[in-house]
Amino acid sequence: MRISEGDVEHIARLARLELDPEERRRYTEQLSDILNYIDELNELDTSSVEPTSHVIPIKNVMRDDLPQPSLPLDEALGNAPQRKGNFYRVPRIID
Amino acid sequence: MPGGSSGGSAAAVASDQCLGAIGSDTGGSIRQPAAFCGVVGLKPTYGRVSRYGLVAFASSLDQIGPITKTVEDAALLLNIIGGHDPLDSTSADIDLPDFTASLSEGIGEIRIGVPDEYFIEGLDPEVESAVRTAIKLLEKEGASVKPISLPHTGYAVSTYYILATSEASSNLARYDGVKYGFRAEAGDLMEMYLRTRAQGFGPEVKRRIMLGTYALSAGYYDAYYKKAQQVRTLIKQDFEDAFSEVDVIVTPTTPTPAFRVGEKISDPLQMYLNDIFTISANLAGTCAISIPCGFSSSGLPIGFQIIGRPFDEETVLRLAGTYERETDWHMRRPEL
Repeated sequence: MRISEGDVEHIARLARLELDPEERRRYTEQLSDILNYIDELNELDTSSVEPTSHVIPIKNVMRDDLPQPSLPLDEALGNAPQRKGNFYRVPRIID
Repeated sequence: MPGGSSGGSAAAVASDQCLGAIGSDTGGSIRQPAAFCGVVGLKPTYGRVSRYGLVAFASSLDQIGPITKTVEDAALLLNIIGGHDPLDSTSADIDLPDFTASLSEGIGEIRIGVPDEYFIEGLDPEVESAVRTAIKLLEKEGASVKPISLPHTGYAVSTYYILATSEASSNLARYDGVKYGFRAEAGDLMEMYLRTRAQGFGPEVKRRIMLGTYALSAGYYDAYYKKAQQVRTLIKQDFEDAFSEVDVIVTPTTPTPAFRVGEKISDPLQMYLNDIFTISANLAGTCAISIPCGFSSSGLPIGFQIIGRPFDEETVLRLAGTYERETDWHMRRPEL
């Protein structure tokens, strides 16, 4: 499967990655190569095969619903590039 | 180069900077550098060791394990790091044996399977010869050896590179410059995300995020992600079938000894194909160890891999320990 530079731009936007024109060109070529290779999976008929998302059959691991201390505020905010009071601070969201 | 991604751990152990180290193995990142550096690397069964505190790459494949100078050291470290942890819901709540207890028991009636699909074109002849010699030694020690087939082996790289990159693209979304880590200067929030991630990630990480995002994006999910999950089922079934006939599977760890710095960096696909012998163990959730079994004519270490049933690290360690007692490869170091 061959993808276009437009596809790559679209994926980069979804992934929140800013690409320069050189990166866009390079990834278009490399991702096309990889996707071409991956197309070999279509040789296999998997119409009646269940997908495996996880090798251990576990789901919904719950603990008892008891109140307990959570991460202290200063620790939770301690690694933030910017904080303001009890909040993470980010650049302007609304004009 | 020492291999990777836990190449630093393997190099530190091989150069006697520490007694042992911890690595994380999503598609071979403990075993491949262990083979390249001439040390022991154990990827425990998925769920054997808590992943709490590990930076997640592909959550359904990641597993932590020891990189050590001897098999006994690997067993000792696994005794310490193994077991259930309430902070990792995927860590298995099952008994943790003393992995050193059975090391000296000898290999008894172990049945070894040797898969045809792992001795293929592209396998370095010196690697093949070292691994076949190792298998002969194990046979001499009492193991029975038979050829087996893992028919979907050839599809493992494709399956892995869809599933691992999809999971990674989701896991690495947390590096957005808001809660921790690097943040690039920008005028608004969207620009801050785009620039933080563009400047903070390296080219290989970006490539994987791009591939994973594509595989999960609208219109492609069934064709790539779901398809790969289905092929994962087939690969897992291959191993279940094989383990109904044999107790362990023995293969080369890597198709070639270490390559030169920068040699494969320009062709990501070639680089991915180097993982061909290690990734199936992650997809199938089995345990696997790489131990030293020789050197190439240019003096580079060679390793072979023993793959065991899920949660049967004891058998894998016992066989590896027997091999190690009968050889001295683990005592030798490559010249630098």
